[in-house]
Amino acid sequence: MIDLTIPLGAEVLDLRAGDSLTLSGTVYTARDEAHLRMMEEGIPFDPRGAAVYHCGPVIMDDRVIAAGPTTSARMNALSGFLLDAGVRALIGKGGMDAGVREALRGRGVYLAFTGGCAALAAARMQLLGVHYADLGMAEAVWEIELDRLPLIVGIDAHGGDLFERVGREAKLQFERRFNK
Amino acid sequence: MESTANGFLEAVASATAETLRQAETTLPPDVLQALESALERETGAVARNQLENILENVRYAGEHALPLCQDTGVPVVYLSIPPTVPLTAGIEEAVAEGVRRATREVPLRPNVVDPLSRQNTGDNTGGGMPAIHLRRGDEFSITVLPKGAGAENCSAIAMLLPSRTGDVARFAAETVLKAGGKPCPPVVIGIGIGSTFDGAAALAKEALLEPIDYMTPYEQEICDGINALGIGPMGLGGATTALAVKVRTGHCHTASLPVAVNVQCWAHRRATRRISL
Repeated sequence: MIDLTIPLGAEVLDLRAGDSLTLSGTVYTARDEAHLRMMEEGIPFDPRGAAVYHCGPVIMDDRVIAAGPTTSARMNALSGFLLDAGVRALIGKGGMDAGVREALRGRGVYLAFTGGCAALAAARMQLLGVHYADLGMAEAVWEIELDRLPLIVGIDAHGGDLFERVGREAKLQFERRFNK
Repeated sequence: MESTANGFLEAVASATAETLRQAETTLPPDVLQALESALERETGAVARNQLENILENVRYAGEHALPLCQDTGVPVVYLSIPPTVPLTAGIEEAVAEGVRRATREVPLRPNVVDPLSRQNTGDNTGGGMPAIHLRRGDEFSITVLPKGAGAENCSAIAMLLPSRTGDVARFAAETVLKAGGKPCPPVVIGIGIGSTFDGAAALAKEALLEPIDYMTPYEQEICDGINALGIGPMGLGGATTALAVKVRTGHCHTASLPVAVNVQCWAHRRATRRISL
């Protein structure tokens, strides 16, 4: 098992799609609304070597109650500026499109956490702070300390993409079965 | 609470809140069993790892009374009402009060927004929310099916050619193929066949209320077609893309074949409580 700590450097370039790893350090949650706000007003944290988590957690009394990943594909068209600014890892579920795959090339990785495993994720998190609280609980940017969150490399920095590979094979199977 | 001063309405509100708490923090035994069977079938390391995380998450959430998933969904509520109970606006308001209580106390993420302004109401209620479906029954019961957006967004409806009933399985598989890893597979698929455009969608969601430890040969065939795709747990590849397929039918126009496919994530949360009258 590979253990990585944020801020991330060139070590992410060694990862390959399908690898397992754990991630520790500070992540920032961001969904659709937060991406739009950051594009307009600038990124409210140091993006160099940072990790952005596609997540809208349940927070109560300054505690992370539940925090699994949200569907990353909604952020396909909104992620380029983060990678341009030096973000090294996007974390989410479900995979991202070819545009993001190309934008990650030589720079960063897309990491997958098991969707819906919100209680398990929260057990490895501590709340540090919040930006854009006015966007509401789900859409705000929460600053969270991770303690060895277990992840799978979905897309690597060399164009390797586990989701794309599985999707291509699924399409072949579909054609074989239904388009005879 | 003024509008539930009446003991019956208070019982409806508190049963709604408790049923939501149960649905959000535990999985029904049939769903848990289906996930455990899926783990027995999977051979790949990544697929096994995803299912192990899911089962550990269910255990952890249950032990600590925490929501299984941070997407606590929107409240979809089915009321079974015996003919002896007069239908009143008070019952709907009592259910909404139960949703507000669960949102504060479980707690649930406030997910409900105005569809255009996107303004959040803060308590998971709003116009048409909770979605309440009424059914005739022998006793008064409340069933909740909190519905997360990841899976709901992958759902689809089609008006198929009535001469091509065989296309139902293809449409279901195509819907799951397009969804890939987005709806948090292994999924449960509810299919509504017949009725009208809107009625098929309601049937598809109602199909998700049925136990998933049994499938008819027709349901099994559609499920096998989906699992042949190899999308696997979380879209990372594997044998289990769907835990089960459930079908509900309704009669329809002779020129019509509406088919709705409602996709549900592995966190197939549902719970029922009876209220004694």
